[in-house]
Amino acid sequence: MIEFTFWDILRNLLLAARWTVLLSLAAFIGGALVGLVVLFFRIAKTKWVKRIASGYIALFQGTPLLMQLFLMFFGLPMLGLRIEPWTAAALGLTFFASAYLAEIWRGGVDALPRGQWDAGASLGLHYLQELRLIILPQAFAITRAPTVGFLVQLIKSTALTSIIGFEELVRTSNAINNATFEPFKVYGLVALIFFVMCFPLTQYARRLEQRAGAR
Amino acid sequence: MGYSLDFGWLAGAAGVIASGAAMTLLLIAVTTLAATFLSILGAAGKRSGPKPLRLAIGAYVEVMRNTPFLVQLFFIFFGLPTLGIRLDPILAAMLAMTLNMAAYTIEIVGAGLDAVPRGQTEAALALGLRPRQVFVKIVLPQALKVIYPALTSQIVIMMLESAVVSQIAVRELTYEADMLQARTFRAFETYFVVTMVYLGLSMGLRRLLIAGGRGALGAGVS
Repeated sequence: MIEFTFWDILRNLLLAARWTVLLSLAAFIGGALVGLVVLFFRIAKTKWVKRIASGYIALFQGTPLLMQLFLMFFGLPMLGLRIEPWTAAALGLTFFASAYLAEIWRGGVDALPRGQWDAGASLGLHYLQELRLIILPQAFAITRAPTVGFLVQLIKSTALTSIIGFEELVRTSNAINNATFEPFKVYGLVALIFFVMCFPLTQYARRLEQRAGAR
Repeated sequence: MGYSLDFGWLAGAAGVIASGAAMTLLLIAVTTLAATFLSILGAAGKRSGPKPLRLAIGAYVEVMRNTPFLVQLFFIFFGLPTLGIRLDPILAAMLAMTLNMAAYTIEIVGAGLDAVPRGQTEAALALGLRPRQVFVKIVLPQALKVIYPALTSQIVIMMLESAVVSQIAVRELTYEADMLQARTFRAFETYFVVTMVYLGLSMGLRRLLIAGGRGALGAGVS
């Protein structure tokens, strides 16, 4: 058996945490881009387009993320793509995030008074200009708190990618635990690292919410 | 690409999928009851308990909400035996799910308690009810009615999250899917079918909870 000191464990966990951070960022950015497309569909004027987006959102919000990751991992190779845990994890979390972000932002768009659209139209803006210049900036501004809140959820969700074999914080901690048999110390440290990443964001989201409430 | 989908294994697997789904439903049923009970105590304690208790509940909520459920599960399942407490996987899963869900529902129930006007408490006290009666008979029913939709969402979210407990070998839906795909070598089809089962469960559960809430808490619950 190899001897691990406390510092060995902590150092290895922190090195693995880089991948957790990277995956969270990739999924958040990817999810925001895809989510924007879903949002356009969701607030479109044509009924069937709207319905496709609603179905997409309901599908991702009504099934476990673990299943979505498994389907990515086993499904993409069937399309002829060589898939590795990183690709499956990043793509799976991207689609997952896109559904949630689109729904959050849709709430922001719906919350704006009708007059905002009418005012845009009366200024001679066409649909896309209205969205870009008037609707979306306001919708994003009022949904900043839930968006940050979702980022916290996304960071926690990256833990599931350990199950499809992506070498992030939790997978590394399993390996360390199997060598050291100190589950309290190892998983305690993992929980602490996640807490250090998530808690400031939670507090930030709370502050944004209070500021929005005070307005 | 010569890959073609094959669902021929499905007929022989229906029983296993059903028993997995039953275990998932059992887990979420026990968790819902235990977590709701715990969060009523927690929310009441956070509002009217002594200061150390209030701080402890606040810290508990923050820790649980800012760490992944999977890590909490491993901490409980692999950690507790080193203290001499051996838990059956099913019990460990129920414990982890309850503790996780309670952290979310404490906030939800708390918001409901805050939403009941103070005058309700004052009126009940003036009628000579004891403080505990006021809480159980006057404040709590009104609070539950307000928060019922939020509670419903949280129950469905927890049901979906329970897929993770397959990792400690609880024989629920995801675990059965893992076993099935290892036997049939039809990983994509297996997970696809099971994902659809989950979708059906979450939609059905939501419907059931809304209908049940209407019956138990009266109209106005959406």
